[in-house]
Amino acid sequence: MSSFATDLSTDALKLEAGRLFARKRLLNFGLPALVLIYLIYIFFAFDVPGLYDGASWKNGRTLVSDSYSYKTHVTRDNRSGVVSVAIEGERMGAYPEGMTPDWVALGDTAVVDLEGGHVVRFGAGTVEYDIPGYGTVRATPNRSAGVQAELPPGAVPAWINVSKNRLAITTDAGRLTVTRNRAEVFRYFAGWELFWFTLDSPYHGKSLLEVMRLAASGEGGAIWRDFWNNAMWRHKDVAWAIFETILMAFLGTLGAGIVALPLAFLATRNFNPFRSVRFAMRRVFDFVRGVDALIWTVVLARAFGPGPLTGALAILITDTGTFGKIFSEALENVDRKQIEGVQSTGANAPQRYRFGVIPQITPVLLSQLLYFLESNTRSATIIGAITGGGIGLLLTQAIITQKDWEEVAYYIVLIILMVMLMDWFSGWLRRRLIRGEGRARRRPRDPKARRFLLP
Amino acid sequence: MTDLTAGAARLARIREDYTALTRRKRVYGSILLILFVALMAAGFRTADARNAGSFADGWRRILDYPSEVLAEAWAEIGQLPAHLAHFLPALIETLNIAAASTLIGLIAGTFLALMSTRGMALWPALIPLFRRISDICRAIPEIVIALVLIFVLGGGPVPAMIAIAIHTAGALGKLFSEVNENASLKPVEGLQSVGANWSQRMYLGVIPQVGPNYVSYALLRFEINIRASAILGFVGAGGIGYELRNAMSWGQGRYDEAAAIFLLLFVTIVVVDQISGHLRDRLAHGVKA
Repeated sequence: MSSFATDLSTDALKLEAGRLFARKRLLNFGLPALVLIYLIYIFFAFDVPGLYDGASWKNGRTLVSDSYSYKTHVTRDNRSGVVSVAIEGERMGAYPEGMTPDWVALGDTAVVDLEGGHVVRFGAGTVEYDIPGYGTVRATPNRSAGVQAELPPGAVPAWINVSKNRLAITTDAGRLTVTRNRAEVFRYFAGWELFWFTLDSPYHGKSLLEVMRLAASGEGGAIWRDFWNNAMWRHKDVAWAIFETILMAFLGTLGAGIVALPLAFLATRNFNPFRSVRFAMRRVFDFVRGVDALIWTVVLARAFGPGPLTGALAILITDTGTFGKIFSEALENVDRKQIEGVQSTGANAPQRYRFGVIPQITPVLLSQLLYFLESNTRSATIIGAITGGGIGLLLTQAIITQKDWEEVAYYIVLIILMVMLMDWFSGWLRRRLIRGEGRARRRPRDPKARRFLLP
Repeated sequence: MTDLTAGAARLARIREDYTALTRRKRVYGSILLILFVALMAAGFRTADARNAGSFADGWRRILDYPSEVLAEAWAEIGQLPAHLAHFLPALIETLNIAAASTLIGLIAGTFLALMSTRGMALWPALIPLFRRISDICRAIPEIVIALVLIFVLGGGPVPAMIAIAIHTAGALGKLFSEVNENASLKPVEGLQSVGANWSQRMYLGVIPQVGPNYVSYALLRFEINIRASAILGFVGAGGIGYELRNAMSWGQGRYDEAAAIFLLLFVTIVVVDQISGHLRDRLAHGVKA
């Protein structure tokens, strides 16, 4: 706040006010301008214009379409003439012998109905594709002469790709590829395939109501086993991974709290009279915090190998520094009177700490611990991706294979739900415990207490 | 207050009630403590069992890697200045990622916070929507967005920047809306009475009140974001983390480079922590006269 001298003349006051206005104006326009200049610098330093050319939009499209849809491959081996049907072309999603989806009819001529008039026929020698509004495309694969394609007259459209050894047709209904060795049709469906049961399970394709009826009639265990051991989505492994991630956060956070609390006493002015010890302890906290979780993870992964224990220890060590700092600040702010009051009743040192100090810092301690529990769930995901453990590992594996984007989407949804759940849980616990301390009970209409109710 | 004139019977009853209460509290406390210890022990055993190496074997080897790195770095101490200079651009990139994402997150977070505070929102009906948006932004770990964006955009600083900015927007959005709720609405009403539009009301009526708190939180976020951008570099988003991963994967013989990167990262984090702590202190308590 600026104060004005009262003995100034009107002109001097005007001048003063004018100067104040000019400074405010400079600040009001200068700061946004500085931010803008910095962002423009970043725009060019990070080469954002060049990013557009470098980006692989094909990857992006695959990612988006694959995350909510799947394709079923119908493949014919041209040499043996065997037609096989597999979801996503994976072994685990292959239809067993004699079982096909109802839009594929096997026989001398296998007929694949892509709906909307699109029909593909795998004949003895020739593959035919009826495309409504265009005509029929015939392709004859041959070991020696490559793929001979017959197209309706006219220019070849852009969605048909013909070469000597390959024919590829991409329509809205699906995709046909014919090479010398095989002919393959992809048909796209919305949704996540085989999420509940794989094809070899007797419960595949049954409606929820039916499954529930079967469960009621005593097959609940088998149904659960088939779902839990689903080879495609690996529900068991995913559940374990989520559990591991939460375990890392839990062990790391609470372990750090347990280690940091006694050390924090050593770093305070009012509980530790030795200056050198205090100074050393504070530098230890700074050091541990400064050596980031990344470096701790790298160092610990060398000693313990990948897994949840490494992640938990990395979180534990990093947060010991943070908690040590926060707790020692809280300890420096405790009220001496309460300790003196306890002392006056003849309490010895442990009792003084137990009844004079701990109750004062419990709210700070608990709220920090619970806050970090939530934020460490996120850290544990990231650390898991680096060391290998928990849901972070599954996510990176799924991204590296670059084809199971529906699994990536599934893991992302699970991670978000997990973090939101931990957030809600820690908020709920914080409300319960800290109100239980009797601080908020005195002021039930405390605006702060109401604020926490919002998620 | 207890009525002091009451008889001894009443006093005895009060004492009895009090001891019962204390005893119950103590029983609850010890049950909780036992439960907690059991949970920790079981959790530790599970984590230990599912880890590649066990704690019992590993803890003796904790110092092996650091001592190896330090020994090698010490042997080639003359190279250190050259390495430091060599990795400085990567460090600046990491800092730039953190700063740019904090700024973008600050702007987006301010918007989210204003849109989700009663009395300030432009569309009060959409307050729950904006709250959920900032919840979801906050819940997404940076690495998730970064990995997906690296797949589409290719490696480099931009995926990391976007990923950190989204998380920062969510985190700051929540903190800022808590600050907003303590701000006085009178300036806003005053400005409204003279016909100011929404952006004028916010810029002139709200921001000056909450500005110092906003900046304080943003500085704290900047500290966090430096660490985050170093970690994201490790998964391929450029900056010092990327260099660290390269130096480490070359293995022995290049540990002097890893040591230089450790040093740069450590010094940067400590210096930024100190400066931002000092600034935040000044923002919270005012300039010490």
